[in-house]
Amino acid sequence: MGMYQPEIETMERSELEKLQLERLQKQVKYVYENVKVYRERMDKKGVKPEDIKTLKDIAKLPFTTKQDLRDYYPFELFAAPKKDIVRIHASSGTTGRQIVAGYTRNDLDMWADCMARQIAAAGGDENSVVQVSYGYGLFTGGLGAHGGAERIGAMTVPTSSGNTERQIRLMIELGATHLCCTPSYAMYLGETINEMGVKDQLSLKAGIFGAEPWTEDMRHQIEESLGIKAYDVYGLTEITGPGVSYECHVQGGMHVCEDMFLPEIIDPDTEEVLPPGSFGELVFTTLTKEGMPMMRYRTRDLCVLDYEKCECGRTLVRMKKPAGRTDDMLIIRGVNVFPSQIEEVLLKMGGDITPNYQIIVGRENNTDTLEVQVEMSESMLSDDIKSVAAIEKKIVSKLRSTLGLGAVVKLVEPKTITRSEGKAKRVIDNRKLHD
Amino acid sequence: MQFIKQLSVFVENKSGRLSDILTTVGNADIDISALSIADTTDFGIVRMIVNNPEQAASVLRENGFVVKVTDVIALAVADIPGGLAKEVEKLKNAGISIEYMYAFIGKSDKGALVIVRVEDPEKAIEVLKGESVTLVSPEEVYRL
Repeated sequence: MGMYQPEIETMERSELEKLQLERLQKQVKYVYENVKVYRERMDKKGVKPEDIKTLKDIAKLPFTTKQDLRDYYPFELFAAPKKDIVRIHASSGTTGRQIVAGYTRNDLDMWADCMARQIAAAGGDENSVVQVSYGYGLFTGGLGAHGGAERIGAMTVPTSSGNTERQIRLMIELGATHLCCTPSYAMYLGETINEMGVKDQLSLKAGIFGAEPWTEDMRHQIEESLGIKAYDVYGLTEITGPGVSYECHVQGGMHVCEDMFLPEIIDPDTEEVLPPGSFGELVFTTLTKEGMPMMRYRTRDLCVLDYEKCECGRTLVRMKKPAGRTDDMLIIRGVNVFPSQIEEVLLKMGGDITPNYQIIVGRENNTDTLEVQVEMSESMLSDDIKSVAAIEKKIVSKLRSTLGLGAVVKLVEPKTITRSEGKAKRVIDNRKLHD
Repeated sequence: MQFIKQLSVFVENKSGRLSDILTTVGNADIDISALSIADTTDFGIVRMIVNNPEQAASVLRENGFVVKVTDVIALAVADIPGGLAKEVEKLKNAGISIEYMYAFIGKSDKGALVIVRVEDPEKAIEVLKGESVTLVSPEEVYRL
């Protein structure tokens, strides 16, 4: 598979570290001079830009959190003057209040490079037809993927999300080779394409999916239903958007664009930097951002960084798929539950279980309740009610052994769980524990 | 003899769902000749014998229902006290166990009708041929 910027993607580590240090020093100085919040925090810690002499010195810098982005909303963390900001994006606000990010022309340029690296890694080039079915707008998915597709010179089809049948018609008629969207929408597209019986009319080769957590089993289902190879892309609005890290054909972790974003793994409780190979919270420091640089931004994503050189030839560190975002985690009767664990149980039940499910958490008589609704499919149905009830029981027992928690499983009629065209709403928490 | 095609439809225990199924089938001009419902606290399975099983299955699917088609057999039973008991006994003697059964509302000219679900309908038909059991053909059943 191709590489968009091989000189960076396969750079020797010593050389890469030299580049990173140079950029880090420049970025810290820039931020210190232009963002009051950072300057005050650094002064309070007694650290000056000149104190950054090695990459390890990054540990001297204060952290930034999502709460900071809310507290200093909208512009206080911007480093560039407003006249240089050419675009605003906002996070989808799935967890709390909306935050914004500002980009200079140069920021958009670098971001397009990130996504172009991903598209090239998925076999895309100027001959490709890239259909972008991420939502366009404040969400970074649509315009982010769009920028990368245009950068690589592909024929870019900005369908945005929604109007699924038209999406599929365009996909067939324009001969899309690459699809960019959320994994849950890819599942829905696959379902609809198979219902319409038009899979053999597709020219799709690969899909680039991100913006929400998904499992390996879901990857297999998408690859199967669309007849493609599915690539995982990672990103967050706070840092830039999709393309912060990207997967190659080896599918063994996502290569971080380390020339632009410096990753660390920390212990989320002690905030201590952990040695390579440790599991912990991923932290990013931007190295080239002008609009809204981030110093040691705590992503809340839990993962491992793998510095081994990849079979694909890239030297850029690979981050393993995050095991969960600390704020996706549900605490139910004192037990930590990630929605991805529930999804895995359902998908591991075999082809019988549809991937359409919803988790409903409630509270009755001061005890948390967990209900998992699963849509019925023809392969699960029998004329014999006992065998249908047995499927319910089997899911209950698998959930109990995986989560260590009793759940109520409810089989529901097909298409009763709302399909999402963007991020799937998998969890409904009715407990109202916060404000 | 061919088997009778029985439709099984999944329904959540919500008010109005049975009526939705029946309306869907009725609007397609399909006639129901027998119906039984098995249920748990949160869902049920509606089993139906209709005059056009293929068409009924496809309109139900088009309307978003999950449908399964199963082979069952139909027996004619003398409509007199002990009539059904006698037939069930014959099945027992032939070593055929009944998973479930339900009766028709209407009658055929051969007597009252019951729908019987057995584990292996093919074997059941084979075995019952030797007994004095009156199996009713799909054509006759769908006509009712």
